[in-house]
Amino acid sequence: MIQMSGICKAFNGNIVLENVQFELANGEIHALMGENGAGKSTMMKILSGIYTKDAGEIKVDGQPVQFKSPKDAEKLGIIVIHQELNMLPDLTVAQNLFLGKELTYGKTGILKNREMEKEAAQLLSKLGLDINPRTRTGDLSVGKQQIIEIAKAIASDAKYIVMDEPTAALTDREIETLFKTVNELKAKGISFVYISHRMEEIFAICDRITILRDGQSVGVRKIPETNFDEIVAMMVGRELGERFPERNCKIGDTKLEVRNLTVNGLFQDVSFELKKGEVLGVAGLMGAGRTEVAQTIFGYRKANKGEIFIDGQKAGIKSPIDAMKSGIGFVTEDRKTQGLVLDFSIKDNISLANLEKCSSSGIMKKENENSMVAKYINDLKIRTSGPEQSAKSLSGGNQQKVVIAKWLGTEPEILILDEPTRGVDIGAKKEIYHIINQLAEAGVAILMISSELPEVIGMADRVIVMQEGRLTGEVNKENMTQEVIMQYATGGEKVVQS
Amino acid sequence: MSNHKSKELVSKLGPLFGLILLIIVVSILNPSFLSIANIFNVLRQVSISAIIAFGMTFVILTGGIDLSVGSTLALTGAIAASLLSSGKDPFLTMGIALTIGLILGAINGVIITKGKVAPFIATLATMTVYRGLTLVYTDGRPISNLGDHYSFQLFGKGYFLGFPVPVVTMVVGFIVLYFILQKTTFGRRVYAVGGNEEAAKLSGINTDRVKIAVYAITGLLASLAALILTSRLNSAQPTAGESYELDAIAAVVLGGTSLNGGKGWIFGTLIGALIIGVLNNGMNLIGVSSFWQQVVKGIVILIAVLMDRKKTA
Repeated sequence: MIQMSGICKAFNGNIVLENVQFELANGEIHALMGENGAGKSTMMKILSGIYTKDAGEIKVDGQPVQFKSPKDAEKLGIIVIHQELNMLPDLTVAQNLFLGKELTYGKTGILKNREMEKEAAQLLSKLGLDINPRTRTGDLSVGKQQIIEIAKAIASDAKYIVMDEPTAALTDREIETLFKTVNELKAKGISFVYISHRMEEIFAICDRITILRDGQSVGVRKIPETNFDEIVAMMVGRELGERFPERNCKIGDTKLEVRNLTVNGLFQDVSFELKKGEVLGVAGLMGAGRTEVAQTIFGYRKANKGEIFIDGQKAGIKSPIDAMKSGIGFVTEDRKTQGLVLDFSIKDNISLANLEKCSSSGIMKKENENSMVAKYINDLKIRTSGPEQSAKSLSGGNQQKVVIAKWLGTEPEILILDEPTRGVDIGAKKEIYHIINQLAEAGVAILMISSELPEVIGMADRVIVMQEGRLTGEVNKENMTQEVIMQYATGGEKVVQS
Repeated sequence: MSNHKSKELVSKLGPLFGLILLIIVVSILNPSFLSIANIFNVLRQVSISAIIAFGMTFVILTGGIDLSVGSTLALTGAIAASLLSSGKDPFLTMGIALTIGLILGAINGVIITKGKVAPFIATLATMTVYRGLTLVYTDGRPISNLGDHYSFQLFGKGYFLGFPVPVVTMVVGFIVLYFILQKTTFGRRVYAVGGNEEAAKLSGINTDRVKIAVYAITGLLASLAALILTSRLNSAQPTAGESYELDAIAAVVLGGTSLNGGKGWIFGTLIGALIIGVLNNGMNLIGVSSFWQQVVKGIVILIAVLMDRKKTA
């Protein structure tokens, strides 16, 4: 039995976990749920010794423990199976099962291959798997690999197994097999922490559920005694702390129309319209395909099917260059890997998407560049010692403003914002909302992807919701509540008028 | 801010201080180093490796590498020599050789971008192919008897306003390339591709085109170096330019350009090439055995890179 109490954790002064409680009984499957950024994975990283806690106590079977590394947690039988599988595809199943703890003849380092294969075979048959231990692991389906991860945990005497979104890549039949295995192990006294966004799975397999919100524990419920609505309300029910500035919408004609846009394996038949002066929110859980849709509209991914119309004209966008010519700007989700050249100065980053404007016949014109950069540093209130300061040394909020400035420089008519305020402090958030409002008032059509529901509700005129690569709902201003959006996003059964 | 900037400048000029220190040490140990004749000699030798290293700077700034420059030099040198010996016009010959150099470089770029092959592997392969083609073309024998083309001989051996022509070529090349890197949109794109290729692509930069261009420039410069070498030797050797790629990479790294791309400048490469040139010449003058020269050269490169690491850490 594991008891975590009063767990606190902060990164660079940002509080991620505050006084969080979590309990895992023996032979229990315990769901951990919460919005993106609620602190689930930080919590599990503390439990498995990857992070050290700032405060609080962890007890295993009543004994207080201190984990300095994942090895310490492993010794007590706590094993995490990550969302991305840790299998080496070119090794055999047996080699993967014994990776790092191979059986050898004493300290010679010579492997006891036959013995390991025999043990692997026994373990696999115990789990009801008909797999030859000499199979190349990469040749197995993702579902089988997932179960081999569990077998690997069992092989190292795991008593507590944390599974992070284990079914994300599995088919229905594979999920069935996985659940069967998990239930059998549960009967033998092994406990599971089950992290998932899929409500129906949690009701199908879990005994209890703990809900986190904004780094705090909201509560624990026994699965038979709770329901979908209560859990959603617990997950999203925060006060609208942030104030969203007012906007005078003058929504005009349709600017962008997307019809049946499809990228095989990522999203299917996405259709929507975006009007001038409108802020259209795109809600959904992580991995629902929202970013991929935006990238496809921007020409960064190739569509397998579908059409894009701008001002009623079919737009043949094949690359970001084409998209920019059509008046589209794209503030990307991850400013560090996609938005900024971190070693560049603020000036060089802003002019990066505007090199034509800042030059004549290929030669940079300093005056144009400097005046443009000075304008946006001033307009967006970028706090900096000067345009030559490196982007790397700015705070998250100011980095985000530099990325926005880069795109405002292109004077876009359609601006896609992907998580525009992620990792940005509240002050800078409000300033970014203000910029979005000014743009909308000036007639720019804005597509805003956001995982923060209060932000979507506070800013958007209309919201479309995606779940697992499909548009599952559209909600207009009057019906916009977190519960309605969350139901579309998680595929809850309840029918809602929109 | 100004403090920050001056600090950055000092760290950027580190290699220059190293060069000055090296010159002082060498001239104390053998004062004849400072004679005009010897200085011209050093500069003439450096001109060839510096011109190749300038191209390598572009490639490395994008995060790539080009191992094929030495073979490109040999192949274009051999072609130029055979054209001249068959009586072709020297200016036409030079034009053809430079064009072939440009194309050989562009081929590297196309393999790397369109074939999605790692630059190291792609240019390792073309290094072998271009060298092999040189051997096929020359039948493994040097090409001499280039005829009496005064204008071509001038290119490697002549003087312009009292300076050796190769040195003038190197300086003019440096100024042009410095301008391109620092003052043009193309230069900015080169840095952006090396700094963050994904961000560059998402900012509307045709990153493939930038990469093909930098490899083409490198091929062009390698063939320019080939013309200087062929003119100086009045012949083309099938084994010319072997291991030149390593000297070029060393010059770029000594000049403070990061092998990860995105950071560095071509002035550093010029200094780096001069350091290697002065080191070679100085050790000859002092009488260090050629075996030990290699050891010293390697250690100097290592020390320079380690010092650079410490600065950035």
